[in-house]
Amino acid sequence: MNRLLSFLFHRGVLDEQFLQLQQLQDETSPNFVSEVVNIYFHESEKLLRNLRALLMERELMDYKKMGIDLNQLMGSSSSIGAKRVTNVCVAFRVATEQNNRVGCFRALEMLEHEYCYLKNKLHELFQIEQQRDLAAGVRYPVQN
Amino acid sequence: MDDSGDRFPIGMRVLAVDDDPTCLLVLETLLRRCQYHVTTTSQARTALTMLRENKDKFDLVISDVHMPDMDGFKLLELVGLEMDLPVIMLSAYGDTKLVMKGISHGACDYLLKPVRLEELKNIWQHVIRKKKSDPKEKNKTSKLDKTTSESGSGLRSAGAENSDENGKLTKKRKDQDEDEDEDKENGNDNEDPSAQKKPRVVWSVELHRKFVAAVNQLGIEKAVPKKILDMMNVENITRENVASHLQKYRLYLKRISCVANQQASMVAALGSADQSYLRMGGSGHFHNNAFRSFSPNGIISNLNTPTGLNGHGFSPSGLLQLGQSQSFNNSSNDQLKFQPTITPVNQNILQGMPMSIGFDHLQNNSSKGVFPVQNLNTDVKPTFPIPNRFPDQIPKVTTSSSHPPSLGISNNGLMLETHTEGKHGGIGIGYGSSSSSVSSRHSDFSFSMLDQGRHSDNWSSVVPLSGIQTNSFPSSDCFRQTAIPPSDNMASLPLQAGYPGGSLADVHSQGSVFTNSPEYINGNLPFQGWEDRNQDATYHSNITYGSINSLAPVNGAVVPRGQTTSNSTLHRNLDTKFCDPRQMKHAGFADLTECSSSRQPRVNIVSQQKFSNNLGSLEYLASSMMEQEQDKMKLLGGDFICDSYSGGVSL
Repeated sequence: MNRLLSFLFHRGVLDEQFLQLQQLQDETSPNFVSEVVNIYFHESEKLLRNLRALLMERELMDYKKMGIDLNQLMGSSSSIGAKRVTNVCVAFRVATEQNNRVGCFRALEMLEHEYCYLKNKLHELFQIEQQRDLAAGVRYPVQN
Repeated sequence: MDDSGDRFPIGMRVLAVDDDPTCLLVLETLLRRCQYHVTTTSQARTALTMLRENKDKFDLVISDVHMPDMDGFKLLELVGLEMDLPVIMLSAYGDTKLVMKGISHGACDYLLKPVRLEELKNIWQHVIRKKKSDPKEKNKTSKLDKTTSESGSGLRSAGAENSDENGKLTKKRKDQDEDEDEDKENGNDNEDPSAQKKPRVVWSVELHRKFVAAVNQLGIEKAVPKKILDMMNVENITRENVASHLQKYRLYLKRISCVANQQASMVAALGSADQSYLRMGGSGHFHNNAFRSFSPNGIISNLNTPTGLNGHGFSPSGLLQLGQSQSFNNSSNDQLKFQPTITPVNQNILQGMPMSIGFDHLQNNSSKGVFPVQNLNTDVKPTFPIPNRFPDQIPKVTTSSSHPPSLGISNNGLMLETHTEGKHGGIGIGYGSSSSSVSSRHSDFSFSMLDQGRHSDNWSSVVPLSGIQTNSFPSSDCFRQTAIPPSDNMASLPLQAGYPGGSLADVHSQGSVFTNSPEYINGNLPFQGWEDRNQDATYHSNITYGSINSLAPVNGAVVPRGQTTSNSTLHRNLDTKFCDPRQMKHAGFADLTECSSSRQPRVNIVSQQKFSNNLGSLEYLASSMMEQEQDKMKLLGGDFICDSYSGGVSL
């Protein structure tokens, strides 16, 4: 897991904020990180779907609404430490400010790509963690 | 109200509002980690309900800016109004505008997502601050509980616009309970830091008029804040308010006079020859030093430095100084002042040494207030060693007190001469006919500027200036050809840049007329003076401005840098925009207006906009003026020059 984590950090997928999340996890909130990340996934998928719908509008492009959704996505991504996703959000925002439809499209695609990548990696991370916990549990079987 | 006050900030009760569940959860956990007591909600309305239920239930509110059911700013205002609780804004975007909006709506702080633990660890300070000011208000207005909350909320919600009234309200109350200025001031001071951006005193036209009247009555040298305050006899103003306003006013006057002088001198100087400039330039060095210490005279000092650098540069600086001294004078005599100030500068330049001395004088003057214009005039006459040209102009000076521009412009030579006498003497040399047109304009401008205590006024006045500039340009054209090599101008510019004093720098930059004509230089300088803070960058731009339009500086001057201080952001923006002289000018203008009114971000913005308008004209003028290659150089070079100058000049 550490290897994966360091890999993700190295690639810039995650940043210190994620570390801070991990630090917040303790006995009182043992699954804090996975909780937060799951909520994040849930929300982001909603937002991404909205964004795509907005972009698919043939007619008038509602950049403002896009901006709002984007704002939220950016906020939550940065809160969990998803650096790459946040960066793409920033670029996306710039495109919306310039009313650049093509730019928005490209940004959205990149966003979706980054998001999927992040999701996969985080899932992987959690799996490893779970396995590790399980393994630890096995090693320390319940004693009478 | 806070039971666990002893262990504060432990147990501080925070209400967190954010529509994004991810962020909300993270925030909640972070806050819990700080050992605060946290309540969360994703709906702003729910939050309001909770708050209204029991005002004492919470110590602090953290709210996101963008929320679906209610705007974060609206919530901020309501909380401030009703509950008088500190509110921290939270957002993924850290736009200056947003932050500004938050502050003006009364936010205690503005945090950026992702929020870090360290930042949250410190938020309790806002609670303490608020608590400190609250009891004060409550005590004062014990009889009027309602008013207390009003004042509290008023303070809080008062935007920049209302700040004045709120401040007044609060201050009034305080006055009732307490007794004198001391208390008032203390109270205000205490309130200011603790309350959310305690309302700044807005220098309305009315107020400014009273201020100017008081200053004129006292005499610019003698105008001390305390006396002015007494004379004005207005409530809700502290001595500090008056002091800062006075400083701005002085800078403004200087700038105006510098500009006028420069223009006049420019006209004259162009005719006379570079040599005078060169001479002046040499003397420039002194000034620099002198200026430094003297921010109002900064302009003047800047003049000196540039001259030192280029020799020619001097002239512009000289102008600046004139302008500065003028500004002082202005306060007392309006236009007349300009002139006297110019002279002092000039003197220094010529003499080389005198400048520094002059500065000292200027400084003294500034401290005292306004140099008597009349004195300057007299001084000027005798001391005019300046080349033939100047003599003609000198008479002008005295007479055209109302034409500051002429003074400022006078070629360096002129300026120098006058300075020797009375530093303040404001060379007022009517630099020749060409400048007269300018001066006339300037005077108008300056008048308008003076009259209008507002930014907006300045703005408008600025515009006329630009018009004037056009006039001056033609004259400057001819000057240009005269020997004033653009390099000279440049030189002057650097001086300004180098001048940390700001005001001086401004002057220089303005004067530094990139464009060949020295006139330009004058223009800019005066305004620059306002903004001490504007670092070299600003100066640079000012310099470029200078070249662009000597007139423009006046406009720029309108915008007191003071604003910059207040709205450093604004200025910074301006500064960073580029060395573009035009920009600088605008900033300058904005600054002036700023100064006149209280620092209000709005003003700056307005000024900026105005500037752009002015710039347009200026640019046109500048471009037309600078037909020669130098134009490009100036504009571009202005930037370069500024840079190079600042490097070199940075005293």
